[in-house]
Order: sequence, then C-alpha cells, then structure tokens
Amino acid sequence: MKSAVITFPGSNREGDVIRALRQATGHDPVSIWHQDADLPKGTDLVVLPGGFSYGDYLRCGAIAARAPVMDAVRAHAARGGLVLGICNGFQILVESGLLPGVLMRNAGLKFICKMQHLKVGRSDTAFTSHYSTGDIIKVAIAHGEGNYVADAETIARLEGENRVAFRYCDAQGDTKAGNPNGSLNDIAGIYSEKLNVLGMMPHPENLIETLVGGTDGRGLFESLSAYRGAA
Amino acid sequence: MKNAIAITPELVAQHGLKPDEYQRILKLIGREPTLTELGIFSAMWNEHCSYKSSRLHLKGLPTKAPWVIQGPGENAGVIDIGDGLACVFKMESHNHPSFIEPYQGATTGVGGILRDVFTMGARPVACLNALRFGSPDHPKTRRLVSGVVAGIGGYGNSFGVPTVGGQMGFHSRYNGNILVNAMAVGIAKADEIFYAKATGIGNPIVYLGSKTGRDGIHGATMASAAFDDSAEEKRPTVQVGDPFAEKLLLEACLELMQSGSVIAIQDMGAAGLTSSAVEMGAKGDLGIELDLDKVPCREEGMTAYEMMLSESQERMLMVLHPAKAEQAEAIFRKWGLDFAIIGKTTDTLRFVVKHHGETMADLPIKELGDEAPLYDRPYVETPKRPVLAPENIPSPVSNRAALLRLIGSPDLASKRWVWEQYDHLILGNTVQQPGGDSAVIRIGDGPRGLALTADVTPRYCEADPFEGGKQAVAEAYRNIISVGGTPRAITDNLNFGNPERPEYMGQLVYCIRGLGEACRVLDFPVVSGNVSLYNETNGRGILPTPTIGGVGVLDDVTRAMTLAFKAAHETIILLGNTKGWLGASTWLAEITGREDGAPPPVDLALEKQTGELVLGLIRDGLVTAVHDLSDGGLAIGLAEMAMAGKIGARIDHLPPGLPTHAALFGEDQGRYLLTVATNDQIAEISRRVGTSGSDLIMHILGVTGGDSLTLPDEQPISIAALETAHEHWLPSYMAGDA
Repeated sequence: MKSAVITFPGSNREGDVIRALRQATGHDPVSIWHQDADLPKGTDLVVLPGGFSYGDYLRCGAIAARAPVMDAVRAHAARGGLVLGICNGFQILVESGLLPGVLMRNAGLKFICKMQHLKVGRSDTAFTSHYSTGDIIKVAIAHGEGNYVADAETIARLEGENRVAFRYCDAQGDTKAGNPNGSLNDIAGIYSEKLNVLGMMPHPENLIETLVGGTDGRGLFESLSAYRGAA
Repeated sequence: MKNAIAITPELVAQHGLKPDEYQRILKLIGREPTLTELGIFSAMWNEHCSYKSSRLHLKGLPTKAPWVIQGPGENAGVIDIGDGLACVFKMESHNHPSFIEPYQGATTGVGGILRDVFTMGARPVACLNALRFGSPDHPKTRRLVSGVVAGIGGYGNSFGVPTVGGQMGFHSRYNGNILVNAMAVGIAKADEIFYAKATGIGNPIVYLGSKTGRDGIHGATMASAAFDDSAEEKRPTVQVGDPFAEKLLLEACLELMQSGSVIAIQDMGAAGLTSSAVEMGAKGDLGIELDLDKVPCREEGMTAYEMMLSESQERMLMVLHPAKAEQAEAIFRKWGLDFAIIGKTTDTLRFVVKHHGETMADLPIKELGDEAPLYDRPYVETPKRPVLAPENIPSPVSNRAALLRLIGSPDLASKRWVWEQYDHLILGNTVQQPGGDSAVIRIGDGPRGLALTADVTPRYCEADPFEGGKQAVAEAYRNIISVGGTPRAITDNLNFGNPERPEYMGQLVYCIRGLGEACRVLDFPVVSGNVSLYNETNGRGILPTPTIGGVGVLDDVTRAMTLAFKAAHETIILLGNTKGWLGASTWLAEITGREDGAPPPVDLALEKQTGELVLGLIRDGLVTAVHDLSDGGLAIGLAEMAMAGKIGARIDHLPPGLPTHAALFGEDQGRYLLTVATNDQIAEISRRVGTSGSDLIMHILGVTGGDSLTLPDEQPISIAALETAHEHWLPSYMAGDA
C-alpha cells in the first residue's frame, strides 16, 4: 500500500492521519503539497486530511477543490485508485464532484468535538474489510459543518446502492438517537459508485491507541494496509 | 522633524498619559514630541506594556529553578522537560476586547498567546483558558458566554491545536468586565529556542505575516483603562482574528527557523510594530531604523502614526542573517504570506521611523522601555475577616439536597457544553480530556507527557488576598499531583481592578505576595505572565483573580492517574486534615447566600509533603484513583469520582467531631481523595502517612460500589440523578431555559 497525504494551506490533521497510516502500514506516507500537479507514481491511496483548508473561507472545501493537485486526484479516482477524505477532506470531495451531496452547518449551529459511535455499513470495501457489517465503533468527531444533505433522489440512490459507509448512532446502535449534526439518514460517510472513494466526517485517525481514547479507528487503516487491489 | 499637529494637554490625555508622564517625555527627549512619537510613548508606557503599577511587586516572585530555561521577560516562559525538549508556555488576558466584542476578542486572545509560543520556536501542542462571567441572571451574560466560547473554539479549532482544559465561573462582580485568560503550551528542542534580542549592525528587519490595517489602534491603551457604560463605543479598537493566516504563519516561521536564517524574532502583539521593534533593539543594545514605505498595508493612505499603533493580527518581526534573506523570502512566498524588509539594525541606540522620506520619530530606544514610569502606588491591606466556626452555621437543607444543588450550580456544573465546542482531540495526544483535575497530553510518541491546569479561586482572593494567592498556586500544584505529574512551573495572569485605588492595589500586592510565598515553598516558579489592571466598571472592581496556569511533567504518560472510581469494593481514603472550613466556601454562598468569613488557609509545608506523598503512591501503584478536593469539598469530590467512573460509593465515616455538613462541604485545603484496592496497600499507605513526620492524617471513609452515592444518614443519590443535575444546568441556561 503506497499512500500519499495532501496538505492544503490550513490542513491540520495531516499529522494525525500520517501517524495512523504509519502504524498500520509500517511506513510513512508521502506528503504532497497542494500545488503539486502530480501524485507519485504507483500511489494506491490518496488521503485528504481534516482541517480548515483556506480557513473554510467562502465555503468549506470550495477553494481546496480547485487546487492544482485535485486534477491529479480526480484522475487517480477515475482510474479506480483509492481516495479517503476525512472531515474537511470529505467537504473537499463533495466540492470537487467526487462524491454527491453537501455538508451544511450542524443542526445545532455549534462546532462539536466528542467521542461518537458509528455503525459500519458494509465490510466488503477496501476501507472496511477489518470490520463486520453492522459493527458499532467509537471514533471522534470534530466539525462545525458536517450535516450531510442531498436531494431525495441522491439519498435514495446512495441507500439503494448500499453506499452509506457509516451512520451515526449511539452506544446501543440507535442511529436516530446518535445523530449529532442533523445529517440526512444519519449519514456519517459515503462511498463513490465504484466504492474506491470514501468521504467521512468522523476521525478514525484519532482512535488508534488505547491510551488516547481507544482503537476502534484502527480497523480502517488496517483494512487499507491489507488491500491488494480490486478483486 | 516637523510637528503637523500641536501636542495639547487634551491630546496627551487622550493618549492615556498623565501630565507628569508627559513632563517625563519632554525631559527625556528635550523637545516636544511629534504625534507619531506621542503615540509610541503612549503605547510603550501604558499599563499593559510597561507594568508600571505592578513591576515593583512582581520582582518578589521566584522565577528560577534548575529546570527553568527562560523566565519572565520574553514572549513566553521556557522549562526543560527532559529528553532534550523544552516546554514553552504563557497565559494572557483579553478581557476588555472580549467584553466589547466577545467572539473577536476571544479569538484574538487565543491568536496572540499562540504567537507568543511559536515565536520562540515551539510548536503549540495545547491550549487552556480561564473564563469569568457575570451573574447568570445578568442580561449580557448569555451572549458573552456564547460569543467567547465560540471565539476560542473558532480560532483554536481552525489553527489546529487541542483546547484541553480550563476553568469557568460566574459572579456578579464580573457583570461589566468579564475575564478571558488564554494559555498556550508548545514544545521545542531545548537548544533551539528563539529570542527577541537583536544582534549585529546593519542586519535586515523583516516584516512577516498579514498586512497592516487600521484595526486595534490603541488597543493596549484601551486595555489599560477602566470601563464605563459607554464601553461598547470602543468596538472599533477590537481587532479581528484570522486563524488561517496564523496557521500559515506558524508553519512558515517554524520552517524559517529550521533554515537557520533567524537572528531574533518578536510577534507583533499589543502595540504592534512599535513594541516589537523597540524590544528587539533595546534587548540587543542596538538602534532600529524603520522605513514605513515598505510596510505591507491593507488600506491606502495610512499614516506613520496609524502604522506604528496598529494591532492588526498575525504579524511578526524578525532580524535575519543578511545572506539568507532570499531563502527566507521563498519560504514565506510558498505559504502565501507577506515578506518585506522594512528596516535595519543600527549602532545609534535610536529608534528612527521614516515615512515618505521624512523622519517621523527619533527616540532613544533603551529609555522607551527602561525609563517607563514606575509607580509605587499606595495600597491598603484588605481587612481580615473573622473565621467562621462550623457549629455556628446550621444547614438549612439536608446534605443530600445540598449536594444535588451544588453539583448543578453555575460554578460546579459540568462545562461539557463549553469544551465540546473546542477540538480537544486533534494531534491525537490528549490522554486526559477536559473534566479531570488536569489535562494530560503525550509529547510526540511518548512516553513523556505534560499535566496542564488553569485555576484560581477568586472569592478566596477577595476575602484574603494573601491566602487566596497562596491557594491559587497550591490548587494548581494539587491538580498536577492528582494526575501523577511533577509540578514544574507556572504562568500567572493577574486580573485586578484599578491600581489607583489603594484597596484594589492592596489586593494586587498581597495576592502577589501569596503567590510568591507558595511558589517558593512548592518549588514551582513563575516563568511567564501577564497583568491586567483597571478591570472595573463604574468604579466597582472585579474579584481579584490571579489565574494560575500550571505545568507538570510525567515521565511515563501511560501511568497517568485519573479521578474516576475504577471498580467496586475499593476503599475510599481521605488524605489531609478536615476542620469543616465553611468560610468563603461554595456551600456557604450557594446554600445560605452568604459570602463572608475568612477563606481556608493553606499550610504550604504540609501541602508539599502531602503532594510528594501522593505522587509516591501513584508512582508505586498503591492507588487506583486520585482527586484533589476544592470547591464544594468532600461531597463534591466524591460525586465527581462516582460520575466519572459510573460507580457509586457508600460513605460510613466522616472526619469526626464536626457537623456533617461542615465535614462534607468544608473547603479545607491540601486534601486528596484516594481509592485503594487491597488491605495490604491500605496498610502501606497508612505506614507512609504515619512516618511522614508531619501532621498529615488519613481517614477511611467507605467503599465504592453500586449505582448510588450514599452519604451518612441520608437516602442514596443515584449516579443518574447526580449526572442529570450536573449536566443539565449549562445547556439549559444557554438555551434560555434556566
């Protein structure tokens, strides 16, 4: 697994995801600057990390989605390459057209940082093979604009094609009760049609150690590390 | 030099300078100053920058220890934390701006303190804050809480530093003057600390960061004045924060420092370009010449006066190695930031400012700082209050009812509503998040860690400034001990009223003495700090509030202790002496409505012995939970441990010879609650207490277990009921229901 982590001006969780990838894969991902035009040859996975790219000014992810490196990311995704967008990375993916829908302000209008349970939608993707479908995992959320919204048709399609990667839930798995931000259908993360692009608001990269909150996020990076190309 | 504007007494007064201070200026420079020069003096000689009322007394604070690398006087304090690493930290207030414009006031407070830390070459790893608001029923309080909390979060979250702890309290004395004290903590290599002292003649002075605008002109002067009802008219002097620009500035500065091109660096904080340039020159015994035509400006037609006094945020000043200027510029361009050579160092010891080819200021640089007025202001000691005997204060309610009320009272209620708006998890090193005695963070990949706390008990300081000052330091010490940290050093943020009033000056003087006394005995020196005076509205001062930010070191962060009950059937031990001290207590104020009585005294020698004993118990694995007792005393401490562990307790014995409410809610100092798993361990703890050679005593109170907390002779209180009371108040208050 050869991975690359993109840094935009204002990215701030790139170090967290680099640490998670290092622990899971045993080596450091390549750091890519937003103005680079190309990804390193042989890149399997591109990560768009969390943060406030361009200060979230204009609209979350809108400016980063137009950065030079994003053409290379779109081409990588079109070839079937893996793309993971976390938090601001998810916002950039929807702004760049790689995933449908938008992320609006949280229903409570406040930034929320806390531990959050998620229900795993499916375990047959490159991102989730180390989980089981329906697993309830505890990770972190830290966002002000994570309220996933799309038109009815898009939502129906995401549900029909089983592309909801994670749903918010409480410790018992109740999704309605556990929804922190008003997202439609309690959506915390979604896949692209070919399941090679994942965008998610929560931070699995912050839950990789017992000492710091728990290890439920590790499965995602271990899944990626074990991935050996599309079947 | 020509004077386009005549310097009238009115103009001098508008600059916050007293007539005798103006005479001092005339004597110093031998002529009438230009308007720009008058502005420079007002910026350098206001209370905020010159510490003219407090300097004399601050000298009494201990600032040295073998592990102190840099004490007060630089952008932030620096201590050695082992493994070749240093911890760089400071706390600073942004009180006046936050009252006028809460969101922006708070953001720029956080931005300013972060800059102080990374200016020294440290990467920020944590923020804390201490907030004081007016009475919850004051019409402005809700809006101020909402704005300040959103502002702190808005800046720290975007910048990318976890906000891991703090303190928040309410009192009517802050109705017209809230306190926003922000602390930042960073990590640097111990041998790669950067300072403000310029060296070399003819070296380029470089301006970095955001452009200069007209915002914040005279901000530091405003911060040195008392408020009246027209405070909100001062809104234009509040600056606007841009965390995105600061994040870029951080990365660019650290990259620049790595390149070896930086000789000296100073952030442009209060009094902006003026104070940063003067400090760099004065510290290096050099003159500074600035050409304002080169300063990147956001607006057209800015005058020299405006540029010298602007407090636009996210700006830095550096002295660079001339050979490396080009390389430095490339780094800043990469991050999309302004970079401009705006002057040079000289051998004249003059501070010369030129604009459009004209000299606008030419002042002796050393004297701008050294000759600032120094006042030995008259002060009176706060009259001693009588000690209240617990027998004379009957409880009007049951202990059970009192506990439920206190745990949900504004000061003791859960602050989850606040800290869930702060990203406290970013960087993946937050071992203990907000809600414990201290926050604990891991340094890098460990195993070393830091224990961090911000604390003070203003009502004790009001009742007895000396004892209150001692207690603030002792409380920070205790917070660090409780998580297993070795207390190392503090930063102090002294918030007081008008120093020109002898009673408020007396509070400042005696609080500082108390702080100093505690720092000396506890070996817990002051390495940085900030003084905020004139915190009053319409002549009534705030409660004296010397906020203490404490830093401790853990050699192995995986062994950090927490306050949560860990298992059922463990023995609960109270360590420390209980006299049922109800004077100036939370119980007295909340349950009886009285705020009188002397505050609990702190026996500092015993404090140190107790602290060291507790650290030993943690180190040797003899205890399973530790919690220091503070506001609300024993009962609140037990409730907090039960809620954190979701395990109840039955209390069978209280310290003898006291009314039960005094034993449960008294706020005697220097006490810890411990839980212990085995009888052998109890015996060992007992042996250690017995041979400590001090007056230290311990009581076995009861055992953990079940889902309720049962106090002696009371009906059980379910943990669910405690949690409801504890968690309910703040969210419902903010929603407008409470």
